[in-house]
Amino acid sequence: MAQSFPEDVLEHVFSFLNHDRDRNAVSLVCKSWYDIERLSRRRIFIGNCYAVSPEIVIRRFPDVRAVELKGKPHFADFNLVPEGWGGYVYPWVVSMAGAYPWLEEIKLKRMVVTDENLELISKSFKNFTVLVLLSCEGFTTDGLAYIAANCRNLRELDLGESEVEDLSGHWLSHFPDNCTSLVSLNISCLGSEVSFSALERLVARCPNLKTLRLNRAVPLEKLPNLLCRAPQLVELGTGAYSAEIQSDIFSNLSEAFLGCKQLKGLSGFWDVVPAYLPAMYSVCSQITSLNLSYATAQNPDLVQFVSQCGNLQRLWVLDYIEDVGLEALAAACKDLQELRVFPSDPYDAEGNVTLTEQGLVAVSEGCPKLQSVLYFCRQMSNAALVAIARNRPNMIRFRLCIIEPRAPDYLTLEPLDAGFGAIVENCKELLRLSMSGLLTDRVFEYIGTHAKKLEMLSIAFAGDSDLGLHHVLSGCESLRKLEIRDCPFGDKALLANATKLETMRSLWMSSCSVSFGACKLLGQKMPRLNVEVINERGPPDSGPEDCPVEKLYVYRTIAGPRVDMPGFVWTMDERVSSRFSRATEGHGD
Amino acid sequence: MDMISKEHKKEKLGFEETELRLGLPGGGGIVNGDLVINGKRGYTETVDLKLNLALKETGKEENSQKEKNLISCSNDSIKSPYKAQVVGWPPVRSFRKSIMAVQKRNSEGGGAAASFVKVSMDGAPYLRKVDLNMYKSYQDLYGALGKMFSSFTMGKCDSRGMMDFMNERKLMDVLNGSDFVPTYEDKDGDWMLVGDVPWEIFVGSCKRLRIMKGTEAIGLAPRAMEKCKNRS
Repeated sequence: MAQSFPEDVLEHVFSFLNHDRDRNAVSLVCKSWYDIERLSRRRIFIGNCYAVSPEIVIRRFPDVRAVELKGKPHFADFNLVPEGWGGYVYPWVVSMAGAYPWLEEIKLKRMVVTDENLELISKSFKNFTVLVLLSCEGFTTDGLAYIAANCRNLRELDLGESEVEDLSGHWLSHFPDNCTSLVSLNISCLGSEVSFSALERLVARCPNLKTLRLNRAVPLEKLPNLLCRAPQLVELGTGAYSAEIQSDIFSNLSEAFLGCKQLKGLSGFWDVVPAYLPAMYSVCSQITSLNLSYATAQNPDLVQFVSQCGNLQRLWVLDYIEDVGLEALAAACKDLQELRVFPSDPYDAEGNVTLTEQGLVAVSEGCPKLQSVLYFCRQMSNAALVAIARNRPNMIRFRLCIIEPRAPDYLTLEPLDAGFGAIVENCKELLRLSMSGLLTDRVFEYIGTHAKKLEMLSIAFAGDSDLGLHHVLSGCESLRKLEIRDCPFGDKALLANATKLETMRSLWMSSCSVSFGACKLLGQKMPRLNVEVINERGPPDSGPEDCPVEKLYVYRTIAGPRVDMPGFVWTMDERVSSRFSRATEGHGD
Repeated sequence: MDMISKEHKKEKLGFEETELRLGLPGGGGIVNGDLVINGKRGYTETVDLKLNLALKETGKEENSQKEKNLISCSNDSIKSPYKAQVVGWPPVRSFRKSIMAVQKRNSEGGGAAASFVKVSMDGAPYLRKVDLNMYKSYQDLYGALGKMFSSFTMGKCDSRGMMDFMNERKLMDVLNGSDFVPTYEDKDGDWMLVGDVPWEIFVGSCKRLRIMKGTEAIGLAPRAMEKCKNRS
């Protein structure tokens, strides 16, 4: 092989590679490329914080400026992961505080963050600019005060949908008067009222502010004050969108929106009073992203508003939109790429809205660019799914939730195997699939045969036997994340495909039929997997070996078993048998 | 480990006993017996679903057999309007659930908007606002008002939360006995004693609240009587 280019030339070439996959690929070419790459890597994405340790990361990549970490498994969103399971950012912050003094960005998802962590972040990184906390928990508004006060060049503070203990709104007033750097501020998850005058002054002195997502406590009457001071806004999340019906409030609001020539995205709309929706008509045609998923407006107000937004690319909405609204959407919004329809009343078996499979079929027919769907409904048919699949072979994300578990095709009473089979067969680029309804092993056969690009699969209340799981594990070549609940999948498929698990990020199985014995075997045979058994009712060895475990979380790792497990989590490894002879905690390590 | 075939791996790892035997999909070669799990796994103890599913018989007996092992379900197909909830199903995030719950509470008071009314108390330096839709009964409201204006003391309510306005004597006792009494301005612009109509009607007709000194409220009582007599 010819001599490589001089190091600095290679480094320059690598600087054009920003995607992790490209950088990982070049690092495998040879030792010198590996070294040049690792010294010049500035951004790190770690999809599972337990797959690697901070020490290993720091040793390999000594000069990182941006870190993105994910903690708990996805099913934690639906309360399936018990409190205290893990996902602590603490060891990462402590290590990085020492090793990465020039760190600028931290993005966390589903992790536990404390006020002390936030204080440490605010004091350790002089150039800190971006903090994104999505679906995180464990901190209070006091922690936010440290960030506001100490991060001189803060550009982005995004609290996502985190669970923040809301002690007061006073933290916002900690932004110093000379802070003018904000580009993005999302406080929509907070309950308590921030000082409006502090907020107003902050918005006024940040000329680069592009994204502002307010919380519910900011009243509608005051929104114009903010909009007038930030006409350059691109994304706006309103506070509560309700007020007494008064013409001066309406006219102030309309006028303020008229001035927002750059506005592309709207969200918020809590407690929406439909009479105020027309105040936004002047911006509707420029809006590409609309999140009405907390807006309890109904038709005709709702469909009237949405139909004004002809350039919509993304719509999140409640099922109040109904089939009739989706038909109007299909006619008006030809650029639509992503649709999410959430249930207004998820626990009502009957539902009081007319939202059926028809609405989704209509959108799949009318919107040629539709590629991403999340749809909650109460009835579905194979015919509808087949139609959707044929209409939209460009679909890449398809998540369907039929509210009743194991609901069959409502027309034929058959399983929905054929329908989902059509989806995976026609949509060859499908990356993500969530299924529901009555499904047998057959659907998994279709998935294993056709879903070659599928990276994430979510299964609930489906399948007949281990054959189903085996089809998926043996057939889905690109599978990275598999999450399963309440399915009759057990030991055989899991053990037969043990090596597949090392090619994936993680596997979650809860309320299935995987026995404790099989978990032990898997853990013993696969040292580079952490096989975590989660049993809240007691140690898994308190019953016979063939007793199923409550929850199983398997993930590949080079960091070994973790040391921060709570009492109800056990890692299965070689030392399992000796550990279980010790009475008490039955702890991981 | 280098990438060797799965079958080879299976041998290395001693999985012979658990080896799956697969025939052609859909063909007669599938030996289902090897793959079907044994339903007796003490499953019902470990699954805490409390479902009341309407199981539709799809003609697959195997299906229903396993389902019965998986869940404790009832065989009747009657759906109750509000099902016992399965943990984490439907998959709606907690953040969304809590927001929707609050908004639903607000809207159930009648009308999509919150029903804010001003509350003044004689002698207090500032007014307050309450959202009447946040409360389900007079007791609820009195509790909240009591907290807001801590020197506020109430006349008694009977168990239905309505004062016995037809009993003049009792009314006089109440008005003379307590320091402050809640009154409200209704849609007609009249000042009424709080508590004389059913809660829902009160919420619909109340424009503002005023907590008056008991002695001043006496003047209201006869008018309240008049109005009630006219209504009934």
